[in-house]
Amino acid sequence: MFKKLIQKSRIKSPWLLHYDCSSCNGCDIETLACLTPVYDIERFGIINVGNPMHADMLLVTGTVNHRNKKVLANLYDQMPYPKIVIAIGSCALSGGIFREAYNVVGGVDKVIAVDVYVPGCPPKPEAIIDSVVLGLQKINQWQKEEISHAAGSGPGQSGYINRRSR
Amino acid sequence: MTRTLITIIAALLAGPLLGGLALGLDRILTARLQSRIGPPLLQPFYDVIKLWGKEKIVVNIWQAFCAYCYVAANSIALVLFFLQSDLLLILFILAVGAVFLVVGALASTSPFSQIGAHRELLQILTYEPLLILVTMGIYLETGSFKITTVMAWDRPLLIKLPFLFVVLGYALTIKLRKSPFDLSTSHHAHQELVKGLLTDYSGPFLALIELGHWYEVVLLLGLCSLFWATNPAAMVVLVIGTYMAEILIDNVTARLNWRWMLGYIWAMGLTLSTLNLIWLYVS
Repeated sequence: MFKKLIQKSRIKSPWLLHYDCSSCNGCDIETLACLTPVYDIERFGIINVGNPMHADMLLVTGTVNHRNKKVLANLYDQMPYPKIVIAIGSCALSGGIFREAYNVVGGVDKVIAVDVYVPGCPPKPEAIIDSVVLGLQKINQWQKEEISHAAGSGPGQSGYINRRSR
Repeated sequence: MTRTLITIIAALLAGPLLGGLALGLDRILTARLQSRIGPPLLQPFYDVIKLWGKEKIVVNIWQAFCAYCYVAANSIALVLFFLQSDLLLILFILAVGAVFLVVGALASTSPFSQIGAHRELLQILTYEPLLILVTMGIYLETGSFKITTVMAWDRPLLIKLPFLFVVLGYALTIKLRKSPFDLSTSHHAHQELVKGLLTDYSGPFLALIELGHWYEVVLLLGLCSLFWATNPAAMVVLVIGTYMAEILIDNVTARLNWRWMLGYIWAMGLTLSTLNLIWLYVS
């Protein structure tokens, strides 16, 4: 029964971490617009947190370059399982109009596994909220199929990760 | 004996239930004050249960130990409150819990956690004397630190201790992590200092800290209710009124720095308490 409660609560309380990989700020403005009274995503228990260790979903905007790919991977590693990655905007999907630039690695999926892609330049806030819902459906599916994305499959084999040892 | 056991179980259950509901109400009211709709009433429970189901990550094993100690201290304090024990003892146990929270945060090397911990120490330094002065006032009026005596007192304490109730309000604002005194970590501002004191607590340990905080909230609101202990209805009204006032203050004020907090709270708090204590002594 407690397992079911946890499964339900995961759907009811996704905490977001927003990381801007050298975006032009278009996608960031649209992402943060979801928090305003117009869209008010706190209705669904969604909170925009600043700390990767508290986050359940990673929202990435902008192109990944050689400078920030380490930061992106670090943020991803700090998040405890289960976690979802959402790439927002053309740049995060493929590198967008910057994909030919010498310093650009490409989309977010070149560095970390992406679960939901949101196309658009920039995407609408409604599309971003939809992507979070898709991410939640994915978590739900994992739970139904009992795929263990919890401790044991990830980098922390024993369940405890000692950050200093990395 | 059975009665005592039932009281202990009631206290252990009342903490999470009432505390969670109070914080859910807080989030809805705060959202309404910001012309938003806000999360459902049970949102704090969803958050804590979700955190409980997450992967365990600790930066330092002492963090896990401190999180457990924090919950233990706060729940013991609430149990003693329900058993109508000694007020001073309850406050000391509560202080032990607060110190463990700080020690846990200091055990990590994260600068955010360190700053948060140091600010929390300053907050403890600010409110502890005030809480002791409030209990001193209760002692001067009733002649005992026991809650049994306070409950049996025939006049509401608020009539004789109005200034000390205001002083308790200051301590409550700091303890509930409300603006303008949410320096170490804030309830609503999640980006502030990247959660300060709680930066490196994550998953189940953050859930434990949250649970401990619920016990603390219920205990402090219970302490407020003692000021009108002659009538159960009046106790409830007083607690709800105080809590609403706290939420309003949280939403209409901006955060201040620690110098201002320490200076203002000590100047106002100590003056008001001294005035009230002199009045009690003279009359």
